[in-house]
Amino acid sequence: MTNSAVRMTGVVKRFPGVVANDGVNFEVLKGEVHALLGENGAGKSTLSNILTGLYRPDEGTIELNGAPMSFASPKAALDAGIGMVHQHFRLVEPFTVAENVILGNQETPFLIDAESIIDRVNELAARYDMAVDPNAKIWQLSVGEQQRVEILKVLYRGAQVLILDEPTAVLTPIEADALFRTLRAMTAEGRTVIFISHKLDEVMSVSDRITVLRGGRTVGTVATMDTSTRELASMMVGRSVEFSRVVRRNPGVPADVVLSLSQVNCDDDRGRHALHDVSLTVGRGEIVGVAGVAGNGQRELAEVIAGMRSSTSGRIAVAGNEVPNGKARAAIAGGVAHVPEDRLHTGLAAGHSVEDNMALKNYRTPLLSKFGLLRRNVIATQASDLVTKYDVKTPDTATPVRLLSGGNVQKVLLAREFSTRPKVLMAASPTRGLDVGAIETVRGRLVEAADDGVGILLISEDLEEIMSLADRIVVIYEGRLVADMPAADATREQLGLLMGGAKMEASR
Amino acid sequence: MKSPIRLERRLKQPRWLNWAIPFISLLGALIVGAVVLLATGKNPLDVYWRILDRGFLSKRSITGTLRTATPLAFTGMCAAAAFRLGVINIGGEGQLYVGAVGAALVGLWLGGSVPVGITIIVMVVAGMLFGAMYASIVGVLRSQFNTNEIITSLMMNYIAGIILNYLIFNSRSYWRDPRSVGFPSGKPLDERAHWPSYELFGFGVSFGFLIAVVAAIVLWIIYKRSRLGFEIGIIADSPRAARYVGIRTKWTIVAVTAMSGALAGIGGASQVGDFAHYLDAKGLQLNNFGYTGIVVAALARLNPLGAILVAVLLGGLTNAGYSLQGPDFPSGLVGTLQGLILFTAVAGEILTKYRLRANRAASKAVTA
Repeated sequence: MTNSAVRMTGVVKRFPGVVANDGVNFEVLKGEVHALLGENGAGKSTLSNILTGLYRPDEGTIELNGAPMSFASPKAALDAGIGMVHQHFRLVEPFTVAENVILGNQETPFLIDAESIIDRVNELAARYDMAVDPNAKIWQLSVGEQQRVEILKVLYRGAQVLILDEPTAVLTPIEADALFRTLRAMTAEGRTVIFISHKLDEVMSVSDRITVLRGGRTVGTVATMDTSTRELASMMVGRSVEFSRVVRRNPGVPADVVLSLSQVNCDDDRGRHALHDVSLTVGRGEIVGVAGVAGNGQRELAEVIAGMRSSTSGRIAVAGNEVPNGKARAAIAGGVAHVPEDRLHTGLAAGHSVEDNMALKNYRTPLLSKFGLLRRNVIATQASDLVTKYDVKTPDTATPVRLLSGGNVQKVLLAREFSTRPKVLMAASPTRGLDVGAIETVRGRLVEAADDGVGILLISEDLEEIMSLADRIVVIYEGRLVADMPAADATREQLGLLMGGAKMEASR
Repeated sequence: MKSPIRLERRLKQPRWLNWAIPFISLLGALIVGAVVLLATGKNPLDVYWRILDRGFLSKRSITGTLRTATPLAFTGMCAAAAFRLGVINIGGEGQLYVGAVGAALVGLWLGGSVPVGITIIVMVVAGMLFGAMYASIVGVLRSQFNTNEIITSLMMNYIAGIILNYLIFNSRSYWRDPRSVGFPSGKPLDERAHWPSYELFGFGVSFGFLIAVVAAIVLWIIYKRSRLGFEIGIIADSPRAARYVGIRTKWTIVAVTAMSGALAGIGGASQVGDFAHYLDAKGLQLNNFGYTGIVVAALARLNPLGAILVAVLLGGLTNAGYSLQGPDFPSGLVGTLQGLILFTAVAGEILTKYRLRANRAASKAVTA
């Protein structure tokens, strides 16, 4: 087929312990918008990094316009006409748009002809409907405009194939529509766009064809006009996998509410609205799973409940008592335990000893300190008791936690959080990055705590984990809870649709 | 070509190294220094003996050494206190000036009219408060606006110097002696506002030095045993973990910066109460006490008790340097010896974190 812009055949890429791409076949035609769809960890990023020369495949071939290629570096890929627009911009903030566009371009002569560069940037911007002032400094621009600069950068270098990595993640809907128009204008001129996403609706509206990856393999390539969000969702998450649900000693009591959120709103670190009117309850001994693709407000949800982040409106109550807004100590005292996603640097102080970390939540209690002075011997005893009880593998309690293995780091964190006798425990991706044995231990501990009456909010991207542990599942999408259902009624397919932004009715 | 030795990171830092390394470093400095001295035709053993004698052995020299060490101990603890939190307060210099201004103010005001003990205690407290308040400007700017404290604290050193000059040279302030006509100077304190000094083991110890020792012990307890010290450690290690457990990071930054400034402030008060007995605008600015304090803190590895030891060492070296200097011994040579000792001490620091390993094993593997 002479119409092929990129063809990747049997691509395999292994990393220590994981096969990120396992025989991927991927073909993109000239002049099309081709979406690459898949969950986090499906292998999308690895594949695009191979295509842009950042990684070299262990097996498989890459053809560009029918000719076999092997890229030694990102520069080689760029010279061959493949440009990447990263999700996280690589721009120099104090520089102007024009300066950023020529940055790293080795064809720029020693003496820079600013006029001609500005003319060329203006011309490209006008051609593809991307209004941006070449003389503006990057820090003055909105996120949408900064993305245009990234696109201009690769166009300026003459890229024929553009890869956009989750380009709409940072955009407002209006900015996203403008981006889609730009992509259309580029393909109309014969350029090719590879659009990486996990949002079903936008993939349906912007792409010509879609390739779905799952677990490092190609599930299939479909023409957008012949498919539906439902079909894509089931391709993305895979169907027909049955989970053995855990057996609970004591089922939860949803009516006995230990955590309730009503109409909670909050902003993210950049001041954008991150949670929209979130209302949620967790009952005593109940495990509520929060399913969603990363970056849809999970972090803010956990931080707002933990008092690490102030809500802009709404109420949070633990066991009926309202928790003061944005007061971590009050939340801890009220009975909120929190296993954050970033264990080593948020949940623990990595340079401190196991002993100090075990005391992190209760060092202010009269048991551990008097008159402002720490009772070191009690702290040491507490730590060695917890190390024994939770089977933490550590040379001694004076060892810094950064020297422990990932599983043991998580054990230290769980031991400390459970030892505070919480009413509610939030766990964010508690098993990510752990080996199979450690995953079993951590899940076992969560179920055990729930059996003992702790209400658990399990925030995870891992659908299998949520479906096997949770009693009830809520789905978070763009800062809103879009569904709330008993876990027994949930199907992977339906959850996949909801996580991708499909409406509840559509999923029925 | 492979280097025959390589540095390997120590997983654990044995406690004895904290003591052994400085001594080995000092020995290294003496050996290199001996080469320099031999090259200039001096007898190294003779010179070293004179340094030891003039700096640390005779009763009179120890008295002088402790006197020189007193302000350095305070500014050293000032830098160490803030550095522990990761706040690089290099404003000890200015905080010391302002502390001296505060202590001189109450000394001039109360001296002779209230009992001696009360005058002296109020002078110490005034030095602390003035230093603390001056430093807390830096702390508030850092915690509220995330201003770079290195810049602000450095700038405020110059402001403090200008304030000193203004009070003594450019105005008819309360601090200036109205009788000093030709060359303006500070108004002398009443004798009943002079700080006492004590005979301990036959040498003179100033009241200020005793306060420094007490302050170092208090500071050491704060770091090792107190909740505040624990929180300081967590903030320095991981700001996110501090937020996670609800430590009041902003409050702590202001409090610790103020504490740091208070220490330098007592140093300034001691200059007025112990030694000068008036606000000595020139003398305070002559010695760079604040900047040397940063060196003290670094050499002491931010340990307050270590800061006292290092201050005494530096004080002795400085005094010995003055007495060595002469027609047959240029001041440049004195500086060279002092510099060598500081240089090896800082270089030795690396050996507490890393160890030297012969590269033999690696080369064997290549030949095999």
